[in-house]
Amino acid sequence: MANLTIIQAINQALAQAMEQDPRVMVLGEDVGKNGGVFRATDGLVDRFGEHRVVDTPLAESAIVGSSVGLAIGGMRPVAEIQFFGFIYETMDQIGTQASRIRFRSQGRYHVPLVIRAPYGGGVRTPEIHSDSIEAFFAHSPGIKVVTPSTPYDAKGLLLASIQDPDPVLFIEPMRLYRAFREEVPEEWYEVPLGKARIARGGNQVTLIAWGPMVPVAEKAAEQAAQGGVSVEVIDLRTLSPLDVETITDSVEKTGRAVVVHEAVRTGGLGAEVAATIQERAFLSLEAPVMRVTGYDTPFPVPSVEDLWLPDTGRVLAAIQAAMNY
Amino acid sequence: MDIAQEFPIRQVIDADGQLVGDRSSVSDDQVKDFYRWLVTLRTLDQRAWNLQRQGRIGTYPPFSGQEAAQVGAVAALQKDDWICGSYRDWAALSYAGVPLSYPLLNSMGHAVAGRIPDEINALPVQVVIAAQTLHAVGLAWSSKLQNQGRVALTFFGDGATSQGDFHESLNLASVVKAPVVFVCQNNQWAISVPISRQMNSQTIAQRAVAYNIEGIRVDGNDILAVYQTLKDVVGRVREGQGPVLIEAVTYRLGAHTTADDPTRYRPSEEEQRLRYGEPVARLRRYLLSSGLLTEDENKQVEEEAKARVEEAVQAAETFPKGAPEDVFNHVYADLTPQLQAQRAEFQRRMQQGGTARG
Repeated sequence: MANLTIIQAINQALAQAMEQDPRVMVLGEDVGKNGGVFRATDGLVDRFGEHRVVDTPLAESAIVGSSVGLAIGGMRPVAEIQFFGFIYETMDQIGTQASRIRFRSQGRYHVPLVIRAPYGGGVRTPEIHSDSIEAFFAHSPGIKVVTPSTPYDAKGLLLASIQDPDPVLFIEPMRLYRAFREEVPEEWYEVPLGKARIARGGNQVTLIAWGPMVPVAEKAAEQAAQGGVSVEVIDLRTLSPLDVETITDSVEKTGRAVVVHEAVRTGGLGAEVAATIQERAFLSLEAPVMRVTGYDTPFPVPSVEDLWLPDTGRVLAAIQAAMNY
Repeated sequence: MDIAQEFPIRQVIDADGQLVGDRSSVSDDQVKDFYRWLVTLRTLDQRAWNLQRQGRIGTYPPFSGQEAAQVGAVAALQKDDWICGSYRDWAALSYAGVPLSYPLLNSMGHAVAGRIPDEINALPVQVVIAAQTLHAVGLAWSSKLQNQGRVALTFFGDGATSQGDFHESLNLASVVKAPVVFVCQNNQWAISVPISRQMNSQTIAQRAVAYNIEGIRVDGNDILAVYQTLKDVVGRVREGQGPVLIEAVTYRLGAHTTADDPTRYRPSEEEQRLRYGEPVARLRRYLLSSGLLTEDENKQVEEEAKARVEEAVQAAETFPKGAPEDVFNHVYADLTPQLQAQRAEFQRRMQQGGTARG
């Protein structure tokens, strides 16, 4: 076991997947010699060669569209989109192609493709680089959406995603890439897709978060505990398909739920979680499901982003509102 | 660069049916087999149009005029090669071995039309313009990485050459030297927009120059020119030359789809003028004038085509409807809990005699 950051855990997972299966290849912009702009693919081209670690032309649609063909043709492509916001360039190949080939061909073909992309704010990027648009893809049948918040999960979820027979969008919280270290087993392990993680136990309020908002939720839960409120934190880990059971079980116990996400509020995944809770646990609810989210504006300029993003203060206020309802 | 000189239109049989090129690599039997296919496909296409008018099938995109480009190209492939087409490429798929009933089933709303039979290496037709060209690049690339020796051939139209995916395809294929053959069926019209509004280039083939790959113009109404050109190109691509862009110059004889009315936007004078050189009539002129086919034999070919098409119509119209709940089956390899619950609810409705009501 080694103490690894998320970015190191991802690098290790990619290397192990490529070692185990010669069909696995990595492609994207600057993933070769440069090792990716965040170094997720650092050293891979030296180990596996430029036929399996491919610097592509700067064209996102070509990266995903050709990956669809590579996957149907028997490879296991892991495509990198340099920043999640750039995925707009290839919405079509994801939404109308990768996610529909199995359905269109009635099961004759399938697309075992992982699309990795860093996302989220807090790192003072130029425009578009910090967008959280996971809801677009959770709204698309045929693709799974996965996001880790810890090094352990980053490796286990990525290996499970590479093993999955269907396309997986694997979004990585940029601000957590090097935020902390964790013990990560060196051997192969998978964290199953579709299963949320109870990040912290509690019995009065359920906080539901994912990716970069998990540490924020955990911190808010810690502070709430000091004020005598017991908060359970759920890290969804897979955004599509949602782990409805874990959410429902928790809310039936706590009676209160707060969803936290960076993405803009309207039409965000928080709305889906809230709707699911009222469908499944209506009679357990002591308060309306609260949402702490980004605002309905484009992601702001760096001088404003700290105020725009959900923080522990806003999450604590929502916890209090749920308790006082 | 003199474009017309750099990219001449290759022709073997002219519009009058006169042999103007070399057809020594195509046997008489092969030519006659091509003719039987073209007649059969034309018969099918016209029948499909009529079936739509009778309300027996839904929207249908006719391929009349493009049979030679599609059949000639597929004929140049080997069994293991990939075909990636779009919604107007049913002639190609049929020649590759997909049952003639499939285009009809597709327009009748049967999901099975997307399930290409296992022995045929083709992707199902899809409708997003130029998207399949990237899939072909990926398939060709995967063949190269796995040393399979397989070529991928993709069909697309003149409208597709305006799409980013087309240009990204040519560029990526050129960079990774993918064994892919790009076959543009330049039928002059993208629904109502003529090629002159689609681009300000003289030819589509010349776009190959920008990507440092080979570009060839061929008469897309001349099946022997298409076949011989593609035979040579596919062989060289398989040997590792890298991608090639083919512009098969043809003409969309009919409407964009059964929902379209071309009299709104294109002169009938043009249709009449360009109809003369269309692929079936042209090959018939050649076969009759060269003595390879008699009028009686031609009648027989037409009768056989009608019979085959009739069989296809029967097969399509008696094809068992799939179970409605099958809609849930191929979203993912396994049903998600959400889909399980939704399918159960759907099935309950069906069991209770549920029908769709407006």
